[in-house]
Amino acid sequence: MSTTMTQAPTSRGAVGGNALTGTGDLLRFALRRDRVLLTVWVLGLAVMVASSVAATAGLYTSEAARIEASEAINSTAALVALYGKVYVPTSLGALSLIKLTAFGAAIVGIVFVFLIARHTRGEEESGRLELIAAGAVGRAAPLAAALLYASVGALTLGLLTTVGLLVTGLDAPGSVAFGLSWAVSALVFSAATAVAAQLTVSRRVTIGLGLVAVGVAYVLRAVGDLAEGDPGWLSWLSPIGWSQQIRPFAGDRWWVAAISLAAVVVLVPIAFTLRAHRDLGSGLLPDRPGPAVGRIHGITGLAWRLQRGPLIAWTAAVVVMGFVLGSIAQNVSGLLDTEEMREFITMLGGEQALVSAFIAAEVSIFGIMVAGYGISALFRLRQEESSGRLDLLLSTSTHRLRWAWAHAAIALLGVAMLLLLGGAAIALGHLMASGGEDPAVPELVGAAAAHLPAAWVMSGIVILLFGWLPRAMPAAWALFAAFIVLGEFGQLWQLPTWVLDISPCAHSPLLPGQEFTWGPMAALTTVAALLTILGMAGWRRRDVQS
Amino acid sequence: MITLQGVVKRFGSTTALDGIDLTVEAGEVHAFLGPNGAGKTTTLRILLGLLRADAGRASILGHDPWHDAVAIHRRLSYVPGDVSLWPGLSGGEVLELLGRLHGGVNPARRAELIELFDLDPRKRTRTYSKGNRQKVALVAALASDSDVYLLDEPTSGLDPIMEANFRACVHDLRAQGRTILLSSHILSEAEALCDRVSIIKDGRTVESGTLAELRHLTRTSVSARLHRVPAGLQEIPGVHDVTISDGEVQAQVENGAMPAFVSALAEAGVVELQSHPPTLEDLFLQHYART
Repeated sequence: MSTTMTQAPTSRGAVGGNALTGTGDLLRFALRRDRVLLTVWVLGLAVMVASSVAATAGLYTSEAARIEASEAINSTAALVALYGKVYVPTSLGALSLIKLTAFGAAIVGIVFVFLIARHTRGEEESGRLELIAAGAVGRAAPLAAALLYASVGALTLGLLTTVGLLVTGLDAPGSVAFGLSWAVSALVFSAATAVAAQLTVSRRVTIGLGLVAVGVAYVLRAVGDLAEGDPGWLSWLSPIGWSQQIRPFAGDRWWVAAISLAAVVVLVPIAFTLRAHRDLGSGLLPDRPGPAVGRIHGITGLAWRLQRGPLIAWTAAVVVMGFVLGSIAQNVSGLLDTEEMREFITMLGGEQALVSAFIAAEVSIFGIMVAGYGISALFRLRQEESSGRLDLLLSTSTHRLRWAWAHAAIALLGVAMLLLLGGAAIALGHLMASGGEDPAVPELVGAAAAHLPAAWVMSGIVILLFGWLPRAMPAAWALFAAFIVLGEFGQLWQLPTWVLDISPCAHSPLLPGQEFTWGPMAALTTVAALLTILGMAGWRRRDVQS
Repeated sequence: MITLQGVVKRFGSTTALDGIDLTVEAGEVHAFLGPNGAGKTTTLRILLGLLRADAGRASILGHDPWHDAVAIHRRLSYVPGDVSLWPGLSGGEVLELLGRLHGGVNPARRAELIELFDLDPRKRTRTYSKGNRQKVALVAALASDSDVYLLDEPTSGLDPIMEANFRACVHDLRAQGRTILLSSHILSEAEALCDRVSIIKDGRTVESGTLAELRHLTRTSVSARLHRVPAGLQEIPGVHDVTISDGEVQAQVENGAMPAFVSALAEAGVVELQSHPPTLEDLFLQHYART
């Protein structure tokens, strides 16, 4: 290279800038794009925290009432596994936020997995990033902007949550500690998603990996928290455990936040290094060549090919999680360390009933998760349509209803299969850990099946939206979130029964334990069938919209 | 073969098609011309039964495209303007799938076309360029034995060599008596390939006919070098935009005025005479340049 070439750019401004050039503009652009989305999520979460505390405060006015409630939670394995322990039984803040500490940190994690996948791999996969990368933008700038975006989101979330708690009248250090616990959860899972985005080539797989990270973190701390007294080492492997162990309103252990921040400090350079070593649009692993002549013979074959990856991943996740949760069920009795508690439990139906209640709670969580699978599988319908790929399919002798049913059948049957497998996995885990105690495998498979109609109603809602209001399909996720919140907090907020009954999940019996009746099952199944048929009728008569 | 009569399509408050008329006879290659946003793709999507017309009548192969979509599609092939494929599937997998869904293709013909268009069928489609994705759709359509071909800007991503190959394929299809409706804004392509042309503007057909018929409606540009400059050229009815400089005359002449104009030139003593028949581009610009 000649010297004239290297010293060329002078008068018209140097070709300056580095890998981070343009980060600020990209950050502003990301915030501008998500101004509604981010505001709704952050405000929604902050309001949820404040209203939960406001609702609980009135229930436990005396210290005695708080201690009683806290001890009841701490000695119920199902609740400890789900939410963790109340570390200071007299603390109103710790007690009223028990449902939002670990569980809330997980929800925050999920939200940020979606947000960061959207701003990293989602942009790259759609090709939009190529347009941006062609501008005066450094190679690392889009990733840096996405991570800064996550930081802005996490900080705002932490601040608003803190403000919300202060408004309810809780003390300032605890409020800040709680806001911090959520903010660091957002940061850790954002950084993890940023790494995941470098490994795969699709937004869907990035989200999948991020959600697996959240799920593993949640289960690790669930198992760790079941240890007597302080949490076991497993909780310390979990980012959700770290958020939880800040213990807001129960010691406010600020130093624990340093663990989360350290994880971020480790993960972020990994993401940047991976990014620096790959091309735009590619993953870390090169694409293997495919067959020159395909073997996908029909529209059902194509639907299966597109749906099988996520279904296999979900199957693995459900089986492993079920087995782990099933195998800790019998530890319930280990928590009942006082003689009075044992007597109390025996009065309620014995330890056996407690194990059953714990398992029933696990099964109901599976019911909700698997309904989520159904929703995401059905979103394929819309993705195929809006990408224009459907035009190509429907220009062949493929009937539009046949195409839609192929995907719907996989989603609906997939939901059924996952629930039954989940029930069986919980039962097997329990069976192996307990050495043959009740409830038995067939009973638990049945218990899981009882959640099937409600999950199908969720699927039916998605199909209905697809048939009539395809552009409004994302509302199905909002509705799903609303149903979960209703189930978790509806009673606490003392909402009227008819409001609680809107959620299809409210009509699923908690088995084993509760009484089973066919009525709600038949009603939910009918509703699901009607929604599905109505949705298909809408799809039959509407335009294909890109 | 294909008929549209007064077809209207609205999307919310915007009217994409405002009473479009179109007739394509069996065995003809018909160019469907219009700039971006004129309604070409919307028209094709109505013919495919992907969209339902709000008013008017559409018929293709004697059937209603909305109600008899599947029956029609057994005898029809389509190449979208913007080809989007399944990123994880290889080109070969997509070709096999589309062939099967169409009701079977001739594998030997397909292999020939893959060769002709220089496509690597083992690559995942996410690694394909726009041109290569378009080739997949072209090969799938050309390998099928259809009566009607709907091609939406089929060469917009192809290089000149592939474009020439595509033109050869269209000539073959025409020789076999297939019907082709080709939407395009590349006028040279339409001129080279098509028997008849329809020009649409703002969702309405503004011109339709053979190229010769359309040319008849427009002016020919004539330039001539003369011994002496004749007077009164401007006065001949049907002669426009006359400019004279240094014994050179340029003018736009309507077809009917040509005899009078040419004899006026002859009287003045012609040294050199050039006449340019209107290109499709002139036709096109004539409709779109005027506001």
